Order: sequence, then structure tokens, then C-alpha cells
Amino acid sequence: MSDDRERRDLERRDDERPEEERPEEERPVSPVWAVAKGMGTVFKQTFRRDNTEQYPKEIVQPPPRSHIGRHRLNRHENGLEKCIGCELCAYACPADAIWVEGEDNDPAAPVSPGERHAKDYQINYLRCIMCGLCVEACPTRALTLTSYYEMAFTSREDAIWTKEMLLEAPPPLGTDPVDKEGI
Amino acid sequence: MTWIDWGVLIGKVVIVFAVLLVTVLLVIWMERKVIADFQTRTGPMRAGPRGVFLTLADGLKLFFKEMIHPTNADRWVYRMAPALAVIPGFLAIAVVPFGPSVSIFGRTVGLQLADISVGILWVLAMTSIGVYTVVLAGWSSGSNYPLLGGVRSSAQMVSYEVAMGLALVALIMFSGHLRMSEIVDAQDKVWYVIPQFPAFVVFMICALAEVNRPPFDLAEAESELVAGYHTEYSGISFAMFQLGEYVNTVVAASIVVTLFLGGWRGPWPWEGAWFVVGGLFWFFLKLIAVLYVWILVRGTLPRLRYDRLMNFGWKYLIPFGLFWILATGAIVVLPDTYGRRKGAFLAVGLIVAAWLVGSFMKPVLEGGRPDSHPETQKEPAA
Repeated sequence: MSDDRERRDLERRDDERPEEERPEEERPVSPVWAVAKGMGTVFKQTFRRDNTEQYPKEIVQPPPRSHIGRHRLNRHENGLEKCIGCELCAYACPADAIWVEGEDNDPAAPVSPGERHAKDYQINYLRCIMCGLCVEACPTRALTLTSYYEMAFTSREDAIWTKEMLLEAPPPLGTDPVDKEGI
Repeated sequence: MTWIDWGVLIGKVVIVFAVLLVTVLLVIWMERKVIADFQTRTGPMRAGPRGVFLTLADGLKLFFKEMIHPTNADRWVYRMAPALAVIPGFLAIAVVPFGPSVSIFGRTVGLQLADISVGILWVLAMTSIGVYTVVLAGWSSGSNYPLLGGVRSSAQMVSYEVAMGLALVALIMFSGHLRMSEIVDAQDKVWYVIPQFPAFVVFMICALAEVNRPPFDLAEAESELVAGYHTEYSGISFAMFQLGEYVNTVVAASIVVTLFLGGWRGPWPWEGAWFVVGGLFWFFLKLIAVLYVWILVRGTLPRLRYDRLMNFGWKYLIPFGLFWILATGAIVVLPDTYGRRKGAFLAVGLIVAAWLVGSFMKPVLEGGRPDSHPETQKEPAA
């Protein structure tokens, strides 16, 4: 990289053509002017708006359709769970963060349409790397990502989310007491 | 000396010490905020109003952390180096005048700790102790990267001290004073930054190199040397290095203000207005301006490669410093000897002639190419 730049500098210096015939970017630049111009460019940034978000004080909502945060298990409109306990998400997970235990549905009171449902479903967020491969693997769209990203824990046990927790919609951002620490 | 004199002296020592410490804390905060401005961030916001107390919090945290001695470290030198980083800065600020003389208890007291007759030499002596800090810390750590950082920066600081000295020689020749208060008094008509602009530029660059600030921070180049000479330091001794670095920065800036920017004197229409308060106001305003320029340089320029740093120091700054001493000598001496008109004519002629000879000699000295280090002598791709 820097060798390239040096060679280009040398070529520029050894260029036989008179300066006026060269294109603008190939003309030699005085180092003093280059430094001054660079400092001017840096100084101008002072007047641009800051990008910083004052996070725990002011929470900027992510775009409504963004899928950047924790998982959610979805239901059909009639209340049945979409998850059929196939464990494809667990197979797809590169971090081995998902634990699924399937079970046959009771025909009288089915939990999900079809033969089987998930008896237990756990995601360990200390292992999860938020890659989304589980979501891609899911054949029934039971597992999706939400935009809820406040996932701080105070113990290892708290980091394991069970089926009941994953079935619920995430709360609004900024309501988790753990994440309120340090304000 | 009566007890009043002693009281005044001790009072001045305490005040200067405290003011420098507080200034350093504020300057660190200012640097973080200004750099954040350049990067469209807000910088520290949480500790105190807009993060003013962040430096204090950092210092407290470091104070309560463990100070680790590496097994290979030379115990006493390892402990001495951080102290050596801070003390010379505080000693050097002693000769800087912050304002005009005032009358307290029927005595005329200068707003300056010690107006010694060789003020500039004192500053040079104190700043050159800074080299020992880096070398001793690097060597005594008993570790590779600190040693490399120490070796690098000893060469760098010694080299740039030469050019800095040359710039100061030109300034001393022009003003004819070594005493700081007399130099400030001599700038009541025109600040030395105008007649001595080349020396000013050389001094600004060399001062950056002397205090190891970016783009000359090769002693602690994070991307190459972990943290350079203070890699092994932790806790309060690391805090001392940080403090020393910024103390030296503030001191260097105040020296620039005193020698080149008229010290505590305001610009012409406000000359001497509000007396003491005005003097302090202008001094600190100029101090902040100089520091802002240095922070801007830090925010803009990447770190220099080591051989280019040396090339720049020895092949450009030092010859230019020598040339400027010659030119200053001509400007100072010739008009006195030959009368104003003839002398000025001769001086200008001599300067132009020396510049021409120098520029003819340059290709010869440098082996035909401006940047002639063997590593950069690659054949262009055919």
C-alpha cells in the first residue's frame, strides 16, 4: 500500500510531461499546501452535526423493520405456535446456542399445527453471535429476529432465554432495569 | 528578606503549581473535546458538565490501581522515571511571566515565579531532561517494546532539540535578551512572530517533537510498539507519564506564547487594558490558540515514518535553522554597521545569495533526489 503510494510519488516526480499537460490529480502538490488543505478539511468537520447518540439517556429507535436484536418465536393468527420442533435452527447454529426439545402434539389440544411442537426451546445469549442462520433455517418462519438489543445480564443463568420468554414480544427499549445501570 | 517576602514567594509557588495542574486537567479535556469535534463526535459528556471532570475521574481511577513492577525491571530507575517526567515541566514554567508586575504589601511583584537572567537557557535545560524520562523508563522496564520506544525517542528528541535551539538562537539574536520578562517587554510594538516567522514555524514543529505529541509520537506509537516506553507502567506511575506529557505540552505552548506571541501583552488596541486581568486573559487566550493548532495538527497528520522523521529534522529543519541564524545576523548587524538603507540592501542580498547557494547545494548533498533514503529508491514499474 505505502509502496504503491511511494512509487506513484516517484512517478509523478519523474513525469517528463510539462505540468499543464497533466490531469489535475497527477500534478505535483506542494507538501506545505497539502498539509494546510488537510488541516482545513479536518477543521471544517467541527461544524458538522455530531453523530453521537446519548444512548441510555436518549434512545434512538432503530428502523421499524430492522432485525438486529434478540429472537422471537411467532404464533399463527389462531394462537397456535409456528414452531414444529424440527431442530433445524439448532443444527444451523454455528455457536451451538440453541436447545430444542420436540414432542408429539396431543390431537385433542395441539400446541402447533402438524404432528410435533417444541416442548422446550432455549437460546443461550452468551453463546449467540446474532448471525441469523437460525432464522434462515426455520422452515415455518417461527423464529425471527426483533429490533430489541438491550440484552445485558447479571448472571449466566439470566442469559438463557426459555420458550415462554421468547414467545413474548420484546418490551420497549430502555425499560430493562439492568440496562438502566450507570445513568 | 522579611517574612512578607517569604510569604509572597511561597504563595507564588503554590499558585503557579496549582494553576498549572488545573490548566493541564482542562487542556486534556479540551483536547478530547476538540478531537471529538473533528471526528463529529461529542467526546466526554457524563462526568460533570459536558465531561469536564473526566480527567479527574481518570486520575482517581489510576491512583487506586495497582502499580506493577516487572521482574526484569531495574527497581529504582523504574520508579524514578515517572517522577522525572513531571518535575522538569513544573520547573520550566517557573520562568514564564503570566502578567505584568503588581503591587502587593507595598512591594512590586512580577506575575512570574523566578525572573532569572538566563530564562531561555533554563527552559532549554529543563526540556532536555525530558529525554532522560523516556530513555530511563524504556530501559529500566526490562522489556523489548519499551526499550525500542526509548531508543527511538532519544534519537528523535535529541535531533529536534538541535533545531529548536537554532530557532531560539535566532530569536535571542534578534531580541538581544535572555530574560523572559525583557523579551515580553521588547514585544510591546510588534510580536516576534512577525519578524521571526521562520523561527516561529521551526519552533512550533520542534516543540511538538520535543513533547512527543502526534505526529511525532514515535516513542509511544501504539500500532507499532504497544505503548512504547510506558508499556509496563500502570496505576499512578502511568498517570504521572500522562500528566508529564500534558504538563510539557502546556509549558511548550506557554513558551511559544511568551517568546513569539507577545506573552501577556494584548494586541494593539487593547494593549495594557484591565492591567492584571487583561494580562492573564491574553496569556491564556494565546495559550489556548497555540494548543488548538497543535490539536488540529494531531487530528490531521499521520505519524511520521522513523527515517522520514530523521530526514526532516536533520536535512530540512537544521539547515534551515542555520540559514535563518545567518539571515537574522545580517538583519541585526548590517543596518547598524552600514546605515539603514545600505545595510538593509546588503542584508537582503546576502540572504538571497545564501538561499541560492543552499538550493544549488541541495541536490548535491542529497544525492540527486529530494527523498534519497535507500528504501525509497525503488525503480518505478516499467
